[in-house]
Amino acid sequence: MIPELGNFSLVLALSLAVLLSVLPMVGVYRNNQLLMTLSRPICSGIWVFMVVSFSCLAWAFLHDDFSVAYVARNSNTLLPWYYKFTAVWGGHEGSLLLWVLMVASWTYAVSLFSRNLPLDILARVLAVMGIISVCFLLFMLLTSNPFDRLMLNTPAEGTDLNPLLQDFGLIVHPPFLYMGYVGFSVAYAFAITALLTGKLDAAWARWTRPWTNTAWAFLTIGIALGSWWAYYELGWGGWWFWDPVENVAFMPWLVGTALIHSLAVTEKRGVFKSWTVLLAIAAFSLSLLGTFIVRSGLITSVHAFAVDPERGLVLLAILLLVIGASLFLYALRAPVVKGSASYTATSREVFLLINNILLVVSTAGILLGTLYPLIHEAINGEANMVSVGPPYFNTIFLPLMAILAAFLTIGSISRWKKTSLAYLKQQLMKVLVCSVVLGVLVPLVVTREVNVAIFIAVTLAFWIVFGIVRDIQIKTANKSSLVAGLKSLSLSYYGMQIAHLGMAVIILGICLTSHYSVERDVRLAPGEQLEIGRYTFIFEGVSPVQGPNYVADAGEITVLKNGESYLSLFPEKRTYRATGSVQTEADINVGFFRDLFAALGDPRGEDAWVVRVHVKPFVFWIWLGAFLMAGGGITAILDRRYRVKETKNLKAETSVQGESKGSTDLLGEAS
Amino acid sequence: MNKRLKLFIPVAVFITMAGFLLFGLTRDPNIVPSAMVDKPLPEFSLPGLYPESGEFSRADIVGDILIVNIWGSWCLPCHIEHPFLLEMSEKDPSLTFVGISYDDSMAEDRLFLEERGNPFDYNVVDLGGSLRIDLGVTGAPETFLVDANGMILYRHIGAIDSITWKNTFEPLLAQIR
Repeated sequence: MIPELGNFSLVLALSLAVLLSVLPMVGVYRNNQLLMTLSRPICSGIWVFMVVSFSCLAWAFLHDDFSVAYVARNSNTLLPWYYKFTAVWGGHEGSLLLWVLMVASWTYAVSLFSRNLPLDILARVLAVMGIISVCFLLFMLLTSNPFDRLMLNTPAEGTDLNPLLQDFGLIVHPPFLYMGYVGFSVAYAFAITALLTGKLDAAWARWTRPWTNTAWAFLTIGIALGSWWAYYELGWGGWWFWDPVENVAFMPWLVGTALIHSLAVTEKRGVFKSWTVLLAIAAFSLSLLGTFIVRSGLITSVHAFAVDPERGLVLLAILLLVIGASLFLYALRAPVVKGSASYTATSREVFLLINNILLVVSTAGILLGTLYPLIHEAINGEANMVSVGPPYFNTIFLPLMAILAAFLTIGSISRWKKTSLAYLKQQLMKVLVCSVVLGVLVPLVVTREVNVAIFIAVTLAFWIVFGIVRDIQIKTANKSSLVAGLKSLSLSYYGMQIAHLGMAVIILGICLTSHYSVERDVRLAPGEQLEIGRYTFIFEGVSPVQGPNYVADAGEITVLKNGESYLSLFPEKRTYRATGSVQTEADINVGFFRDLFAALGDPRGEDAWVVRVHVKPFVFWIWLGAFLMAGGGITAILDRRYRVKETKNLKAETSVQGESKGSTDLLGEAS
Repeated sequence: MNKRLKLFIPVAVFITMAGFLLFGLTRDPNIVPSAMVDKPLPEFSLPGLYPESGEFSRADIVGDILIVNIWGSWCLPCHIEHPFLLEMSEKDPSLTFVGISYDDSMAEDRLFLEERGNPFDYNVVDLGGSLRIDLGVTGAPETFLVDANGMILYRHIGAIDSITWKNTFEPLLAQIR
């Protein structure tokens, strides 16, 4: 009964979504206030029915209702309740339900928090989001219904959730990732609205920015959590593999990053308008492309769901409708939204344009690398298949990011319209000298090795950090005290600097951990030890442990630091009862400057085991940097100017934007 | 170029891409009909992963039903596939598992097998990739089913799990037995 209720709620949500995509638009063209106002209650209706539907599926999981095919495939009575709950999004159908729930939540949020949007704009935005909901609800109901029943032969026991997914990282990774993916639909809807109305002004950019930042922050955390999960759950210490599915999550992030920056230019200076619209369409299109690639089984990957060409065709049709139609609309309408302000070759506008070009080029490189095997095969026939691996992606991506980091400081310290080279030289010379000197000296003194890659990375990190310090100095120079100066800076300025600091932290994390990690695999009998640097790992032996749905061999490794007792690690090797699959559960001691990583291999002889031990310096900084970036994005949207009630009036002042800027306005720029 | 026409570049790029995606849907990436199917396993002469085992050639391994697995310790899907290979090699002793490791340090591969168990009856290192080229391998992991006469019956791209095994390998095995 409950699954039928869930299914019925989906149908109701679909009916309301159809209304949402039609009625407000009709209202706009007939200038009918009532129809336009109706969009708000419809949004809350869709959201409520999606929540009901999701709860019904969760209920079916928690009550082991194996008559539901999806539950039978992805759950088991032995599973602890919290994994039964997260198994809701452990497979294709349920994760699609979560996806649509997120679309409904974003749509509802837009209808709640955009009270000061002009009604006709809001009606258009919500209608576009309604179309997206219709597409995906239809897709779910027609090809991937999570509530399909196994009526005739209900199994007594479920197949079990993939043990790789029985983990905290997976409880949180997909919801964050989907929040980000789907969140770009808001920027997309705003972009389509701008094309339809032909109105693209500072107010438009101001409405779009908080939504884009929020989606981007969620996506940042979602990707970071995915990488963290790969790091500890796959049990071998890697954190990024350029796997196609990682790439398709990373591409919307890169374009989203470009979008955040170009929105700043569009808001402040009224230029790059049609470029911003194109980026907004591209960010959501790449999210959809990712959804398509993962769910059609087009490309072999760890993450891919079961292959089903029928689903793929329906998704491709959705892609053609949502992406194709919007790009076509763009081609027709882009000239209408052209900007007019002027700027010179060394202005902040140009530096942000360079940022955009670098991000878009790296996205194009990754897209090409991801789809190349397919393109090659299509042209040369199936006997000539190729694969593209990490060397290609690293060669394309790392140099572009190094250039991006170099321009980051210049861009954030430069001014709108015109910045003289002499000014930049005067402000940045000291920063440049200090970062190069420290960037070479610090690694040289600490490691006594000459390594150019490390020099470049550390220099770039210092360049960003000193650039931030210098910029704050400049901005607070004519205030009475440093504290007064710091107080006068806006939250969006702080958001920008926090996110940029995150970039420096990530650069350090990636480079240092790639070069200085020590990884050892050794056979150890109880009492035997292994030394890596300051750390001594003593293997104490292995004992059996009973988990809720698995049995495990749990090892104990005592770690000494400089010969003194320090901590213990307990890696496990689990055998899951339902499927009999074996899973290595690493134990990691997370530290600010290093992670200690231990995993159990196989037993060897009497009591000896193969033990894998890693010391990974600075690996934590990769995720720390990602969280700083996301935090920066969130800080920026808390800025006062996104909460001002009289946003409507801002449209009038757009023509004078940039000419008459107060000091706080000048500071809250490229967050 | 006309400025207006330039604005159609994004939609043109997208339509081209959609064409490739549509092409992609017409084939299942995991069951690519290989040009090698129904052809004999190519001749080769390659070193073993363990120095004491010496060199291997086609004649050394042909004779039983072979599961030839292309793998490398660097390859993520191989890690995921590995427990299943281990399980199958224990469950069905009539199958001979051949591991061809792929462009990697032999030490890493040995450690991997030592740590996680060795499902393979023969461990061969494809130095320089000549066998991979002869087999038309696109990446790792890939698995070939070879009958007792040395004919390739089936090629699977990507990790094998219990479902692919049941749906594809088992029916073929039932036929040749």
